[in-house]
Amino acid sequence: MIAAAAFYVFAAILLVSAAMVVSARNPVHSVLFLILAFFNAAGLFLIAGAEFLAMILVIVYVGAVAVLFLFVVMMLDIDFVALRTGFQRYLPVGLAVGVVLMVELALVVGGWRVLPEVAARRFAPVTPGLHNTAQLGDLIYTDYIFLFQAAGLVLLVAMIGAIVLTLRDRQGSRRQSIRVQVGRNMAETLELVDVPLGAGMTAVGIRRPPPAVADAGVAEVPAHAAAHGHAAVTEH
Amino acid sequence: MQGFFATPLGVTILTVLEALAIIVPVLLMMAYLTLAERKVLAAIQLRRGPNVVGPFGLLQPFADAIKMVMKETIIPSGANRVLFLMAPMLTFGLAVIAWAVIPVNDGWAIADINVGILYLFAISSLGVYGIIIAGWASNSKYAFLGALRSAAQMVSYEVSIGFVMVSVLLCVGSLNLNDIVLAQRHVWFCLPLFPMFVVFFISGLAETNRSPFDLPEGESEIVAGFFVEYSAMAFALFYLGEYTNMILMSGMTTILFLGGWLAPFGIEPFTWLPGPIWFILKVCAVLLVFIWVRGTVPRYRYDQLMRLGWKVFLPLSLLWLVLTAGALMLFGWLPHA
Repeated sequence: MIAAAAFYVFAAILLVSAAMVVSARNPVHSVLFLILAFFNAAGLFLIAGAEFLAMILVIVYVGAVAVLFLFVVMMLDIDFVALRTGFQRYLPVGLAVGVVLMVELALVVGGWRVLPEVAARRFAPVTPGLHNTAQLGDLIYTDYIFLFQAAGLVLLVAMIGAIVLTLRDRQGSRRQSIRVQVGRNMAETLELVDVPLGAGMTAVGIRRPPPAVADAGVAEVPAHAAAHGHAAVTEH
Repeated sequence: MQGFFATPLGVTILTVLEALAIIVPVLLMMAYLTLAERKVLAAIQLRRGPNVVGPFGLLQPFADAIKMVMKETIIPSGANRVLFLMAPMLTFGLAVIAWAVIPVNDGWAIADINVGILYLFAISSLGVYGIIIAGWASNSKYAFLGALRSAAQMVSYEVSIGFVMVSVLLCVGSLNLNDIVLAQRHVWFCLPLFPMFVVFFISGLAETNRSPFDLPEGESEIVAGFFVEYSAMAFALFYLGEYTNMILMSGMTTILFLGGWLAPFGIEPFTWLPGPIWFILKVCAVLLVFIWVRGTVPRYRYDQLMRLGWKVFLPLSLLWLVLTAGALMLFGWLPHA
């Protein structure tokens, strides 16, 4: 009885929040409703006894994917009024595409035959005595190992593709190499100079003069250039 | 009496009592954790710390709590009111519901579920929502910057936490927290999986936004990050959530690596103390290291944080996972072989 009540509660909230995802005016609210929908789907999985799937749904979709959605939606400044301007004009095309997809889906599901030997296990694919995490592991890593690995490869390719598309090497960005920093020793970093009394910095040979000296140097350059220009003019 | 506790009403009452029996100690521990933090930091910095309210300052947490409750809750005029108030509740609620599966002794958990470790992982990965929503709903630059930092940081470090958990699970062969502790009867996992223990602890610091990973708050650069606009009780809930999360992360470290409620070596003088006491002692020890790190290490720069997460911890934990699997296979130590 409690399970049935919980099912209806989860299912109702799931449907309402799914509707709110598409109808909410604020995109951030849409994403939050999407998260609520994920949660209720996880609840439905729990009722069906698929605790592993429920937890994975929360971890992967709510904990990672939706965070990135939220991240992106918050950063973008989406003007939904502008997006809705063409609504009536595109409605027929959208409806047509929707109907075609629906028919295709119906064809696929309608033409789906189940092997007789599988049909017996179809709604109870469980081995008694093992809980469903172990059973999923058994199925995925023994019977379906190649399909599973192929799916992994597809995801890997997609991931590398995304990185290749978005990676651009910015010139002039400063990088930190911890290896270089840690690998420095005292000899190449620090120099102790015995400065004779009264000798100037340049006389000792220190390359980087203190600010006051640098200012004097900068001030000197135009004066020198001006003098040079003046000399050139007189020479001419 | 037995019959009454089997009826639906009885079960509900029993569950509520069980929940209180874990939430009240956790909240008390959290209250004294704030005091302990101030005391330990004071000791590190050669100060005395709070010592005025009550003997040795023992009533300080309550004074702080009363101050928080008495203050005025300020909601910025540009804020999204519903989300602004929802965020702290979410943070605190998530920090508390995770305790439902933590076993403090053999079988002493409110819900002894088969996928306990996944539940904990799921709940701790949801913690980021409180922060993102707070940062966005505040409608403030600093809060938003803090939220963005925290989103990137927590998602990055979750990945290595996940791999660390998988290498522990390989040695246990079960996702049940009770089984994970019982599998450590002979040797605590912090010894054979020592590098993973270190990675888990540091990632735990990042996951709870503790220094040196406290960039989402970063009080010297973005004022207080995501909770800059919060005051009074809403702020207190963030505070409660942060410290409860710290205790939770210490509890997870204890369960995964320090043998949970098991006494060290399982020999005579140690086994005189009951399991829950050992559990609390271990949690306190981990918490002490949390505070010690805060008093010692300066805050990471953002690129260094990302580099550590993605370029150091992720490859290290992947490599160790493969090594663990290989060793278990080679020596025939696989739990279900």
